[in-house]
Amino acid sequence: MIVAEPKPIKELLEMVQDFNKILVIGCKGCVTVCNVGGLKEVGILASTLKIARKKDGREIEVGEHVLERQCDPEYIDEVKDIIDDYDAVISLACGVGPQFLSERYPSARIFPGVNTKFMGGAVEHGVWSERCAGCGQCVIHYFGGLCPIARCSKSLMNGPCGGSSHGKCEISDDVDCIWDIIVRKMMAQGRLDELVKFRPPKSWTTARDGGPRKMVREELVI
Amino acid sequence: MSEYKAGSNLEKVLKAGHFAFTGECGPPQGANIELLKEKAGHLKGCVDAVNVTDNQTAVVRMSSWAASLVLLQEGLEPNFQMVCRDRNRLAIQSDILGVYTHGIRNMLCLSGDHQKFGDHPESKNVFDIDSMQLINTVKTMRDDGKFLNGKDIDVPPRLFIGAASNPFAEPFDFRVYRLAKKIEAGADFVQTQCIYNMDRFREFMKRAVDMGLHEKCYLLAGVTPMKSVGMARYMAKQVPGMEVPESLIKRLKGAGKGKVAEEGIKFAIEQIHEFEEMEGVAGVHLMAIEWEHRVPEIAERAGVLPRPQV
Ligand code: SF4
Ligand code: SF4
Repeated sequence: MIVAEPKPIKELLEMVQDFNKILVIGCKGCVTVCNVGGLKEVGILASTLKIARKKDGREIEVGEHVLERQCDPEYIDEVKDIIDDYDAVISLACGVGPQFLSERYPSARIFPGVNTKFMGGAVEHGVWSERCAGCGQCVIHYFGGLCPIARCSKSLMNGPCGGSSHGKCEISDDVDCIWDIIVRKMMAQGRLDELVKFRPPKSWTTARDGGPRKMVREELVI
Repeated sequence: MSEYKAGSNLEKVLKAGHFAFTGECGPPQGANIELLKEKAGHLKGCVDAVNVTDNQTAVVRMSSWAASLVLLQEGLEPNFQMVCRDRNRLAIQSDILGVYTHGIRNMLCLSGDHQKFGDHPESKNVFDIDSMQLINTVKTMRDDGKFLNGKDIDVPPRLFIGAASNPFAEPFDFRVYRLAKKIEAGADFVQTQCIYNMDRFREFMKRAVDMGLHEKCYLLAGVTPMKSVGMARYMAKQVPGMEVPESLIKRLKGAGKGKVAEEGIKFAIEQIHEFEEMEGVAGVHLMAIEWEHRVPEIAERAGVLPRPQV
């Protein structure tokens, strides 16, 4: 899933300081799963905003709404009758949601309520970790089913570098060296021959380096 | 065609069977060319080639190619270092052409330290290709006369290709295979990370020799004299992939006040002597970090002077 974290309330208050009617829109997708943008978080943000502004002596009205998904025009349509009642919208979806809203409602003022971090998952309660960088050409089968593009700090295709120590990456003791894991796993599987095989430079044309991406699947186009 | 791959002094010395002795020089954090000349001057006549580091530890310095040219003008042979952190494959290949055009004949291919602990941690990194692929790029350009896209090069650059190896990083069992992979990718010579744990290095070399790697590539053992107990502790704890045995720290401490640096030099000289005898080791790479002025003395005492003229 896409993992996000809440923006600090101070930053959000500054963003919407000139507005007095705000709609907070959540999403039932990834951000609900990682506890930043679901029904519960929409409610919490709405009351936090109200309390903070009340303290300031500038009361505001905050509407709450949660969409099935904000990355789908069909669901985005759902707020068409209410969005004009507000001066500003805070989207608690990943970076996709507020953009779909911005595109669908050109006159609305849309603000991002979360910081979108990465594609990954929860490795333990309250801890998420990155797994994929969306390079557009998946090659993890060469690396024991683990991704060095997203998970090696230097995206090495022929790791591990000389900074790997005690299973940790040179950048931090908090970061596992994925190459250490790849090597140990593949050696245990008796796949040393694959590990010593030279992996040529990757084509980044399918990654973000190739420009903003779009995908068309003819069989699905109506 | 010449019998040499690039014809650098380093290549000639190694090919003639001499025990090579290379040094290192970090470019200045500014345009202080006088400082660079002074540092390099200490190494003149003491080493076969001088590694010129490339924004080492991700700290901005004069570019390694520019500093390498200064060394050339000063009559020293540079070993131009290039990291993959700061350049994509376009810049990499054009810099290779550029340095060759100006007379640089050795190049050390590295991935590069991550910028997180450098002086511009906010920067974006590149890592378009990795060190292994960089080695292979230089080889493809030299031996096949082709760019990475397969197009012909009009006058290919001929560089003696260097790689780094860290025998102490983990997983230890894989390190010798990764070295083999670098040789397969095109490394002509390899300079190792600074060695302090001699037992582990002996074991590593034994494995390398068993695999016949010393016959395919020149292996230079990395030596950095310890200046102080603090430096030893720092290396042991703070430098990832560095192994400093407790026994060495004890030995340095035991030397007593004011004598630690001398003990560090003594240890380095003992190492150099052992490497001269060790099967598969073709030379020593002396990284006297910010201690260039001590290199002549170390070289003299280690008995590696005068350097061979080939
Ligand atoms: S190889 Fe590419 S697509 Fe596959 S997991 Fe890694 S970044 Fe994602
Ligand atoms: S220590 Fe491991 S994860 Fe970190 S950059 Fe090196 S190979 Fe990649």
